[in-house]
This record gives sequence, structure tokens and C-alpha cells, in this order.
Amino acid sequence: MSYVGHLVKSFTLWEFVKAHALTLKYFFKPKATINYPFEKNPLSPRFRGEHALRRYPNGEERCIACKLCEAVCPAQAITIEAEPRDDGSRRTTRYDIDMTKCIYCGFCQEACPVDAIVEGPNFEFATETREELLYDKAKLLANGDKWERAIAANLAADAPYR
Amino acid sequence: MTETFISWGMDPNWAWGVATVAGILLIALPLMLAVAMIIYADRKIWAAIALRRGPNVVGPFGLLQSFADGLKVFLQETIIPSGANRGLFLIAPIITFTVALLAWAVIPFNSGAVLADINVGLLYILAISSLGVYGVILSGWASNSKYPFFSALRASAQMISYEVSIGFILIGVVLYADSFNLNEIIKAQQGHGLGIVNAFGFNLLMFPLAVMFLISALAETARAPFDLTEAESELVAGYQTEYSSMSFALFWLGEYANVLLMATLNAILFWGGWLPPIDWAPLYSVPGIVWLFAKILFFFFVFSWVKATVPRYRYDQLMRLGWKIFLPISLIWVFLISGWLMLTRYS
Amino acid sequence: MIQLIAFYLFATIVIASAAMVIFARNPVHSVMWLILAFFNAAGLMLLAGAEFIAMLLVIVYVGAVAVLFLFVVMMLDIDFAELRAGFVRYLPLGTLVAIILAAELVFAVGAWSAGGVDLAARTAPVVSDTSNIQQIGELLYTRYIFLFEAAGIVLLVAMIGAIVLTHRQRGGVRAQNVAQQVRRRPEDATRLVDPGTGQGVEL
Repeated sequence: MSYVGHLVKSFTLWEFVKAHALTLKYFFKPKATINYPFEKNPLSPRFRGEHALRRYPNGEERCIACKLCEAVCPAQAITIEAEPRDDGSRRTTRYDIDMTKCIYCGFCQEACPVDAIVEGPNFEFATETREELLYDKAKLLANGDKWERAIAANLAADAPYR
Repeated sequence: MTETFISWGMDPNWAWGVATVAGILLIALPLMLAVAMIIYADRKIWAAIALRRGPNVVGPFGLLQSFADGLKVFLQETIIPSGANRGLFLIAPIITFTVALLAWAVIPFNSGAVLADINVGLLYILAISSLGVYGVILSGWASNSKYPFFSALRASAQMISYEVSIGFILIGVVLYADSFNLNEIIKAQQGHGLGIVNAFGFNLLMFPLAVMFLISALAETARAPFDLTEAESELVAGYQTEYSSMSFALFWLGEYANVLLMATLNAILFWGGWLPPIDWAPLYSVPGIVWLFAKILFFFFVFSWVKATVPRYRYDQLMRLGWKIFLPISLIWVFLISGWLMLTRYS
Repeated sequence: MIQLIAFYLFATIVIASAAMVIFARNPVHSVMWLILAFFNAAGLMLLAGAEFIAMLLVIVYVGAVAVLFLFVVMMLDIDFAELRAGFVRYLPLGTLVAIILAAELVFAVGAWSAGGVDLAARTAPVVSDTSNIQQIGELLYTRYIFLFEAAGIVLLVAMIGAIVLTHRQRGGVRAQNVAQQVRRRPEDATRLVDPGTGQGVEL
């Protein structure tokens, strides 16, 4: 462009005017953010959130203490102790997940032969203290009871692809 | 207002005192409320341009957000760094805040509705706005910390640079209006543009000055893109880094009161203040204060709009703009305007 | 009555803060006291009916000069022990200067109170219907026009002199040329090429 053209352009602040016209257009556009606590984005059935220990429909806990999850866990967040129950079946006496170590890789649920440990759709489990994030078996089972319907639906939705 | 108090049977001296105090409260209290709402508006506008929602939780549409923030800040502990210069450290935010309120004394809100109708009103505003920098400099120095100190150095150089060009721009306005009194300046704008528009800004000779004043006002209040004194990517929070609690809040309030003042000055000096935009009789039935507030809000929107649009200047670019572009242009414009007036008005 | 109170208030603060400028240990505090002195001097000007001078005092001295003072003083790294070390050495010279100044003051006051100058006309505000901006302007641009212009030229010479003395061209500096950057177009800087297979690009 000619020298005069540049001079006119810079003294009329033409590029600033153009930029402000653009931002004004954006000012009236619909907002891109969702209103989080009231609106949430859809989650994939494969979403890996808070852990849960599931039960069979008859109330029997699924976990057979095979310790495959403990072995596969890359963050070594899982601790399992097991001994035979009174009726002779092998069950865990202790199933702890340190949620501060967990990296939510999902290997535990992939490793589990009985779909006992799963990562549910819940991602809102922030706590006020660190200790509350050291989950024990009771907490995990409670999570399983609470989220069973959502977890079962997710597993069913994902089943054709496995 | 003094007459009203006298008519209530008050001694004239007392009436004057009471009227002045009442006038101060009448300006300062709504101003504080306006600052709270303007902070909210600023965040909302900025958010909207960035396609975000902005504060929308506290109160309807988040309107009470500023008050929640104020309460939070009020309940915080005041921390004074052990190496700081105690006295100056505490005085600095008070200076910023007080100075931001002082200038409003000469702002006319309507014909005659002004706290102090002094004949050097514009100079008074220039004097007061040049004091604002002391709060920044002192807080930066008294914090005894590196980043605030850098910020203080930047602030002092920046404000002096832009005050010079603002001074020349104001001389252009004064030449046209033939007065330093803000009320007179507004009255001089009646029918100024083509005999129908009430604004200096529509004068071809004055419009460049209006734009330059808007930009200089951004620099003077250290708003984006000239917010180098608190450039968070370089200086943490600039001069406010070591501050907490109420002393921090005072900076915040003072800064936004200054922004409002600069928006008001833009409205008054170039766009007709409390006059309606067009010199047409029915428009005068709307109270002047409504027109003034509409103009202030528009310029505040422009301030926020610029903040959301332009990236921050580099410091040497800021200095270059001030000294190598604004100063020569405004100086030339003083010559142009006085020459034009000599030709047309005084010959 | 209120003028009298205001006058003595301003005058006392001016003198007190002027003293504090000298006595304050910390140079930054000295500058702050100086600013207070400027302010109250502006107040005195207001009382004398010279609001234009008062505002100029605040704008020029408080708004610009004192900021530059502060700018310099803030960056000083002060060693107080070293400051006091020179005290005895400069004492004789300092005392001499002080005595001369005091003598001059006494002399000036004596001459002022003895001479046939109308004191009341000096202190009383000028009563006039024009604002004192106009009065100053009328005087400055008519009777004192040559002095005014001469002062302007002296200042201009001083400014150019300061620039000439301090300005030096350093070689090898890669400064930003904004106009050049703005004028640069994509067409000047980039080139679209479509090289055939195995031909490569000529840079």
C-alpha cells in the first residue's frame, strides 16, 4: 500500500477500530461457558471418576480379593488384605484406595475379572481434609451402592464395544 | 443548598457548613455505590467479550458480587511486611482513595449542581489527578519489595509523560470554551457542532483531541492497555503486591473512582456533559444528570471494551507513544486551534 | 476570622514541614515533607486570591517536580553512617552559608519594613471582576511579553543544551522501528511456491 495510505490508516487508528468492531460482535454472541454447578457437560460412559466397589444384585460383594488391581495400579494407590470368610469364600478384609495417589488411569477396572472395582461417573468428591481422601472398603462399597444404577447403565452402554 | 438550610432557620455560616458536608456526602456515598457496581459491570463486560458469563452467583445476575468481595476483603487480616516503612505503607492507599474522591468536588452534575463552582475547575482536576501517582509511588517504595518498586518507577514515569499531553489537550478545550470552569465549558458546547449537536467532539478540529484524551485517560488511570504498573505477567500485582485487606480494597476503590472520573471528564470536556446530545427543546425536559450519567456509562463501556480488546503495551512503546506521538501532536493542535480561533473568533 | 485561622494554619504547616525537610533522616520522608510544604504554600496562594498560581504550584511542583525528586531519591541506597561522617568537615562552610542567608533575610525584612512601600496593597487580594487567569494573561502577553518570550527562549536553550550534552549515538543498537513494522505486509515477507518433485525451494 502507498505511504499515504499507511499514514491515513495509522492516524485514523483503523486497525483499532476494526479490532473493537470484532470484539463488539463477540460481546453479543451467546456465551461459551456452561453455568457449572447448575449445568454440566455430558459425560462419556467411559468417564473415569470416583471409585466404587460393586455388589451382585443379591447384595453379595463382587470383589474376590484377586489383587489384580493392586498389582496393576501404576500409582500403587490400592492396598488389599484378604482372608477366607466364615463360609469359606475368599473376601477382602481391607480394601483401601489412596485417592491422593490415584491417577485415574482406569487400569484397576480393566484388570478386575468380576467388574467389582469401577470408576464411576462422579467427579465432585472434593474434601476439606486430606484424610477424607484415603478411602477404605466401607466408603468404596457405599459409593457402589449409591452409584450402582449409573454405573450399571454406563457398563451396559459400553459393553458392545468391549 | 445553603439557601434551603437558611430557609429552615439556620445561621448562614452554619448553613454553609452543613450544606457543604451534605453535598460531600451526597457525592461520595453514591460514588462508592457506583464504584461497586462499576467493578461488577467491568467484570461482566470483559467476560462477555471473552464469551464468558462473569459473576452471576451472588444476588440476582451476580449484582451483589462487589459487596461480597468487599465483605471478604474487610474481614481479612491486615498484613504489614516487617521490612516495610509502616507509616508510608499505610498512608499510600489512603492517599490513592482520598485523591480519587477529591476531584469530584468540581464536577457539575447539572446546570449549577456542583459542590465547588471554582473558576479554575479544570486546573484543579489536573492538579488533583497528578496527585494520584503518589499513592502508587509511596506504596511501591514503602513495601520494600522489588516488584512493587519497579511498579512505582513505572508509574511515576508514565503519569508524568501523559499528564503533559493531557495538559495540552485541555488547553485546546479551554481555548474553545474560553473558561477553566467546567460548567462554562459545558455551556460553551451548546449547539457547537453545526448549530445542532451539543458537543465539542463533533468539531473536526476537536475530534482528534477527544480521541487523544480518551487514550491519555486510559494511560493516566493505568487501565489496559497501559496497565504496566500492575502488569501481572511481569510484576505479580505491581504496587499492590504486599497489600491485603482494607488497604488493598482502598486501592481498588480509588482506581475505579479514577476510571469513573476520567469517563466523566471525557463526557464533560468533549461530549457536552449534562447537555442533551442534540440541541432540541424537548430533549431538555430530561434532567441533565440523566444525560451525564448516560455519557459516563458509555465511556465506561468504552474503557472496558478497550481493556477486553487490546493487548498490553510494552513499556518503551508506552513512552514512545506519550513523548514522540501524543506530545508533538497535541502541541501542534494547540497551535492549530489557537490559530483557527484567532482567524475566526478574535479577528 | 476563618481566613486568619486558615492563614496561620497554612503558614505554620509550611514552616514546620520546611523544617522537617531538613531534619528528616530519611530522604524520602524529606521529599514527602517538601510536598506538604508545597501544598500549604498553594493554600496560602489561595488565601491571597491567586487561585491560578495555587493550582499551578500544585500541578507543576507537586505533580511533576516532586515526583521526579521522589523518583531519584527512592533509588538512592543510603548509608546513614557515611552521611553523618561528612558533617564535621562541612560544618564551617555550612555555618558560613547559614550566616549569610540569615543576614540577607534580616536585611531584606529591614528594608521592606522601612521603605515606602504600601504594605496593605501588597498583602490584600486584588479586587477585580476579571479572573486572575485573565489578569495574568493580560500582563504576561502585553507588558511583559518580551521577558516572557525571553524566558521561553532560555528554557528552550537549556532543554536543547541538556539533550546535546547527554545524547550520544550508540552503535550496534537494534531498536524497534514501529513505522517500519506497521508498514510491513505479508506479501513483502512471504512467498508461496509450488515446487515440483525433487526440485526443492530456492530461498
